[in-house]
Amino acid sequence: MILEGKNLSFAYRSDRVLHDVDVRLEPGVTAIIGPNAAGKSTLLRCLCGLLKPRGSVQLDGRDVRNVPVAERSRIISYLPQDTSTQAVLSVVESVLLGRLHGLGWRPSEEDLRVVTGLLDELDLADLAERSITELSGGQGQMVALAQALAREPDILLLDEPTANLDLEHQFEICSLMRRLTESRGMTTVMAMHDLNVAARFADVVYVLQDGAVHSHGPATTVMTHSMIASVYHVNARVAACPDGRPLVTPLELAVREDNRRGHPSGPTG
Amino acid sequence: MKGPAAYSEPVVAAYGRLVRWRTAVMGLVGCLVATGVIVDIATGPAGLTVSEILAAIVRVGSVPSQHDVIVWTFRMPTALMAVVVGAALGVAGAEMQTILNNPLASPYTLGVSASASFGAALAVVLGAGAIPLVETLALPASAFAMAMLCSLAIYALARIKGASRETIILGGVALLFLFNAGVGLLKYVASEEQLAAITFWIFGSLQGATWTKLAVVAGTLAVTGPLLAVHAWKLTALRLGDDRARSLGVNVRRLRLTTLVLVSLLSAVAVCFVGTIGFIGFVGPHLARIMVGEDQRFLMPLSGLTGALLLSIASIASKSIFPGAVFPIGIATAFMGVPFFAAMVLLRRRSYW
Repeated sequence: MILEGKNLSFAYRSDRVLHDVDVRLEPGVTAIIGPNAAGKSTLLRCLCGLLKPRGSVQLDGRDVRNVPVAERSRIISYLPQDTSTQAVLSVVESVLLGRLHGLGWRPSEEDLRVVTGLLDELDLADLAERSITELSGGQGQMVALAQALAREPDILLLDEPTANLDLEHQFEICSLMRRLTESRGMTTVMAMHDLNVAARFADVVYVLQDGAVHSHGPATTVMTHSMIASVYHVNARVAACPDGRPLVTPLELAVREDNRRGHPSGPTG
Repeated sequence: MKGPAAYSEPVVAAYGRLVRWRTAVMGLVGCLVATGVIVDIATGPAGLTVSEILAAIVRVGSVPSQHDVIVWTFRMPTALMAVVVGAALGVAGAEMQTILNNPLASPYTLGVSASASFGAALAVVLGAGAIPLVETLALPASAFAMAMLCSLAIYALARIKGASRETIILGGVALLFLFNAGVGLLKYVASEEQLAAITFWIFGSLQGATWTKLAVVAGTLAVTGPLLAVHAWKLTALRLGDDRARSLGVNVRRLRLTTLVLVSLLSAVAVCFVGTIGFIGFVGPHLARIMVGEDQRFLMPLSGLTGALLLSIASIASKSIFPGAVFPIGIATAFMGVPFFAAMVLLRRRSYW
């Protein structure tokens, strides 16, 4: 399915976070990158319906405001950045909850079949009875992803799914998303910080800056020295990997031309 | 769109084991509650034997009318009142903790018990105690009205756009202090007899239980229980955080408000007849959570059962500590519950909140 945002604007009270953002998300993996406070999370929250932006969000050309909540929450699955929880639930129950839209008092055969398939596919079957509060960060994130996938969504929106994870887990999750996106024909959108991970796994990259789309397209055309200098204020060398995907090596802070704020990456944040 | 064809039996078996274990725990606690009721009925100053009690309950053979009166008029309503009030407080506490995402939430900490005490004290000071017939009606009515007023205030606070769960809890705690101050003021202006009546009410007591009061509490539980159970999965999802619950299609705001109304009603009805038995609504759900986790299909009923069991045990203890006299049950609950709770927390194998 195609998820489009047209002229999306959003403000938290008087603080405008998104300005006339246009995005067109097609089946495949899209990465949304940009500095802190660029509006990545806000954009995802507008797209999944948690926030009501000005402008319109369309699902295959149909305005989401005309899509019943139950249907929308089945089609679009959103996973916030903070998936930590103190809920005392077993892994299998937690993933079952992902099928909330059609869950009866007793889960159906179909519910159990989907959950079982996911736990197998994500290599979590051995943890089925464990409490989710006892899992490691990487395992916990995998369970959260399994839950997000349990409703068999057409569109999957993930807010920094690899934040705070080590390199192996980052690659594990990104490869998994790549594979599932292809096998299920999903439209997967991941907000992320790591430019190289984005370049490696995404078909399309959207760059957000100050609540607006700076540029978008395949990683090879978007990941350029000038984009990184103007969006992140960092001088970087952009080389090509053997497979043609760009490889970014950050070198130093760039001298800023404007004086609006302090360095976004400076010690004061 | 479909998952892989591979089908892992262990996962289905694991889920089956979880469900069977939880059902077994509920069955066990249920049996303990039933045992508690029998022992509760058998305990008392009249010194009836268990066989005499059982004979009087099932009404077989020639039961002396005195036994019949003791069992059916006094002990049975009291014992069953302990069960329904405990269950109501347990369920109310569990859902308050869930919707407010806070382990400290309970009918007591949110001021519902304190406001009921204030209502009862107000009725006493205004002179309802002087007329015996009015007392039985006016005290619970006034207590209920104040408890609902307190709940309404919390509800209004929750309705304010942007009010967070923390705001609701802080508001509840503020109301607890406010109503406690109100009770203090009423005690200050009360006469000596009134003061004694207020103090006695606040201690909590099941002794005034009648079949009518029992029916009111049981009826409220029978109505609100299923209404809450319908939302079992959604309430479970709430504990994953508002964003994830909303992404799953839960109307978080409406669910929170509906649940708040139901549990307010439940706790107000429970405390208005028996006084301040605050501890049950706090500890019952925690014990249930330690045993079965937070799948609300099990947590909700088991919180009711643990609440019922705790109050039943407290009721037995209140009659056994000083032979021939009934110790206030509100005091007994906390004295018994705290060590029990501490043991469960210290001996736990996994985190429970």
